[in-house]
Amino acid sequence: MTALRFALRLFRRDWRNGELRLLALALVLAVTAVSAVGFFTDRVGQAMELQAGEALAADLVLSSHNPLDPRYQRKAAELSLESAQTLAFPSAVLHDDRTRLVMVKAVSDNYPLRGELRTRDAPGAQERRATQAPTSGELWADARLFADLAVAVGDSLDLGEQRFRLAAVVSRDSGEASNMFRLGPSVLMNLADIPATGLVTPASRVHHRLLIAGAPGQVQAYRQWAEKNLDVGVKLNHLSNARPALRNALERGGRFLGLSALVAVLIASAAVALSSRRFVERQADASAILRCLGATRPLLVQVLLIRLLLLLLCASSIGLLLGHMGQLVLTEMVARWFTTELPPPGLYPLAIGVGTGLVTLLGFTLPPVLRLGSVPPLRVLRRDLEVAPVASWILALFAFAAMALLMLWQAGEAKLALLVMTGALASTALLLLTARLMVALLTPLRHHSNAIWRYGLAGLARNPALTSLQMAGFGLGILALLLLTLVRTDLLAAWERTIPDDAPNQFLINIQPQQVEPLHNFLQQKNAGQNAIYPMLRARLTQINSGAVSPQTYDDPDAQRLVAREFNLSYAKRMQSDNRILQGHWWSPAELDQALFSVEQSLARRLRIELGDRLVFDLAGTPIEGRVSSIRSVQWDSFQPNFFVIGTPGLLEKLPTSYITSFYLQPGRERLLSQLVQQFPSVTTIDVAALLQQVREIMARGAIAVEYVFLFTLFAGVLVLYAGIQASREHRRQESAILRTLGLKRRQLLFATMIEFLLLGVLAGALASACASLTGWAISDQLFALEYRFNPLLWLAGTLGGGIGIAVAGVAATWPLVIHPPLQTLRGG
Amino acid sequence: MVVDSTPLRARRLSKSIAAPAGRIDILRSIDFELAPGEAVAILGASGSGKSTLLGLLAGLDDASDGEIELFGRELGRMDEDSRSLLRAGRVGFVFQSFQLLPGMTALENVMLPLELAGTAAPRRRAEEALEQVELARRIHHYPSQLSGGEQQRVAIARAFATRPELLFADEPTGSLDQATGGRISELMFRLRREIGAALLLVTHDAHLAQRCDRRLLLQGGVLEAA
Repeated sequence: MTALRFALRLFRRDWRNGELRLLALALVLAVTAVSAVGFFTDRVGQAMELQAGEALAADLVLSSHNPLDPRYQRKAAELSLESAQTLAFPSAVLHDDRTRLVMVKAVSDNYPLRGELRTRDAPGAQERRATQAPTSGELWADARLFADLAVAVGDSLDLGEQRFRLAAVVSRDSGEASNMFRLGPSVLMNLADIPATGLVTPASRVHHRLLIAGAPGQVQAYRQWAEKNLDVGVKLNHLSNARPALRNALERGGRFLGLSALVAVLIASAAVALSSRRFVERQADASAILRCLGATRPLLVQVLLIRLLLLLLCASSIGLLLGHMGQLVLTEMVARWFTTELPPPGLYPLAIGVGTGLVTLLGFTLPPVLRLGSVPPLRVLRRDLEVAPVASWILALFAFAAMALLMLWQAGEAKLALLVMTGALASTALLLLTARLMVALLTPLRHHSNAIWRYGLAGLARNPALTSLQMAGFGLGILALLLLTLVRTDLLAAWERTIPDDAPNQFLINIQPQQVEPLHNFLQQKNAGQNAIYPMLRARLTQINSGAVSPQTYDDPDAQRLVAREFNLSYAKRMQSDNRILQGHWWSPAELDQALFSVEQSLARRLRIELGDRLVFDLAGTPIEGRVSSIRSVQWDSFQPNFFVIGTPGLLEKLPTSYITSFYLQPGRERLLSQLVQQFPSVTTIDVAALLQQVREIMARGAIAVEYVFLFTLFAGVLVLYAGIQASREHRRQESAILRTLGLKRRQLLFATMIEFLLLGVLAGALASACASLTGWAISDQLFALEYRFNPLLWLAGTLGGGIGIAVAGVAATWPLVIHPPLQTLRGG
Repeated sequence: MVVDSTPLRARRLSKSIAAPAGRIDILRSIDFELAPGEAVAILGASGSGKSTLLGLLAGLDDASDGEIELFGRELGRMDEDSRSLLRAGRVGFVFQSFQLLPGMTALENVMLPLELAGTAAPRRRAEEALEQVELARRIHHYPSQLSGGEQQRVAIARAFATRPELLFADEPTGSLDQATGGRISELMFRLRREIGAALLLVTHDAHLAQRCDRRLLLQGGVLEAA
């Protein structure tokens, strides 16, 4: 009780006196950064869990890019299960002269089997539950289409060769809930109308689904049967495996944001370490007095620990509150990608926030604080008796353990944690070593300078370890600033340079053989500058040499996905200009009739395909066999149609195929698209400009989200800077009092201080500029394969900005010490 | 059974420190005894080892050799925490540099030893102690808001609040002007008389030492009658 009472009283005093302000700020920052991301990812995760039940609109869903065998439906009927069918494909709807790319979903009358359909008579009107699916001749669309095409319920829309009446606004479609991320509005129609549209042919890219629902026992029996009898290319979805790709993407995104937040935590930890050092120094006298007055060591340690825990409690509460507010900004950034409102966050992020605060606090303050317990009581008589410093290896061990724990927690996997940890440790060690080296190199300059400069330089050498720590801290702060501003702009510019202005922005797919020539002529007449029209076949890889290929053949999840699905093949006499042969050779005219394949390099690497291997593909039941005669690289970001596998014309041209092409549609010529859809209704147009715009938007928002989280890093950098200045405050106070007593003018003292901080800032800025250039190069060259141009402005801003900024901050922080009456300081006031 | 009521006794007490030039003996085989209620002044030049001796006798530091008994308990056989517990409530301190906690008010500073000793109603007792040193109106002031004399009066209130049996004072007027120092010493001796506490005073002020029952001179590491 005594300990608690003491601790409460001392804590109240600490708080009022600002003794713990810096430590609290660093903790608040760490908790805010982690909990903001925690709240955000928790809400997204919960949204996914909530929607999983309704996402399928059924208990089980079989899906395939080919029509499903009727036996699946027969088996459902045998087990007294209800079934419904859907077809989904992208297409364009036309109203007057305006077109819009949409996702078409054709459903049978009894859709949905689970969940519900809700509609409105107009966007924003009263919502009501639909008692049945759209009837023949009707189109239901989501509100976005109404806005995009400026249409109203009752208007006519053309889809393929058929005209429909727009009958309702879809406000909720259970089966659509699985599409949390959408790239276009969706329209719902009756399955019976599909033939009349002429949009679905055997070569069309259509997603077929069979929905099944019924009694749990029967559903389980069906699932067991289906798992044993699935055809190749048919996927069975149930509640627990719905949308694995999206789930993975969100988990990875969450982890990335989490690690970004952790960078802020790690930098804030440096501020915690620096400020706890000052706290311990200032508590030494109080601890000695308490010991002298009869406080035992355990009591002293208890009081200190309770104070730290009280600090954690306060800082965590503020941090969690700010984190909750912070996640609202993150949520706002991604809200429009979701079809439903995100649920409120749960309690787990609270634990993450407080846990992070606790680990940070204990990891970086516990060893020096425990040392305070053994402060010699004789210090009340002899102030020169210091608290025995904690061995560096103990400090490092605690800090390392705390960092490792936080990393493992956030990264969720040991390998990633180890990678980030190694990177962080290596960077810190490099910063500290370089800082130490710079301090050592500056020391000889003292012998060739006047008293003021000598004092300024001596300031750097006063405590080389602290100066190195300050320099590393300042460097981290400036690095965060440079990365967020100049490097980011450079990277975006480098990315934009890779896309030419006249890159194709319209793709046409599902072109039937008989439409190739008329379409070619149409685009020629309209001067649309189109590219070549390429044949496209969908097939699945079944064999490499003598070995059968299945998802189980590979450990790599990406390879498993590639093998499980059908992918696009093409055939050509000549290689596309943006392809390059890496191994083997492109076929000669004499080889055009041979059975040869050219495989894209990343596919070959993932599926372990080598030059000379024999590949067997299955194209709608027809095996196609050929030898790999070349491995190619493809410039995917050229926005030209490209293919993973290309065969010789002799091997593939007799098989059923559709065609694909792309062209650049100049702004203001959108009417051309309407004419194209009218003339070739079965051809699907994909407006890549809109997609590209959306991808850019997603990237921009993603970048903003990451930047937003990195802002915490910036704040942490500023805190480290401040903590660094505060860490030497006591020494500075004594020194300035002595120097002023010896006759140094205030102006001279400030000048000497400015020299010290200016040098510190310039050196830290140079270090940060080097790190920022290196990071920019590594990201662009190694990660995105973009050409990075070194930006001299980066060095100018880093060194000059760093020097001036830190000199101003240092002088401002030292000002009160310089104007403090020296006698008062020397008397201990 | 005879109960030894001597609050402080030292036998063959020595203190040496290692220095680059060799071992330095600060205190050499000192024998010393303080009777209950007795006031003893230890005089000596600066650097003679007066404060070192006070620190050893109060159990704030370890001797190189010899024995110290505080309230009949031998300090050499006790760890630091046991010594702290022994001091709590029974020993008071007054220092030259006051040693008040800067973040605490006068009242809170005085309450500290009372709470550590587990005394009932610590606030009331602290208020009374501050009243005795005529600081009742300044109990909520921080040390930085008080003059040197006032700070020392708070330190005296803190030292006497637990009604200790033994008081250690290290140059209590050393940081004060003559007039203020005179008032402070008057106050300290008056309070000591009231509670009958023994006093060990370390000073180089001969006038202050005159107020004690006995005066000893520390010279060359040896204690002798002044």
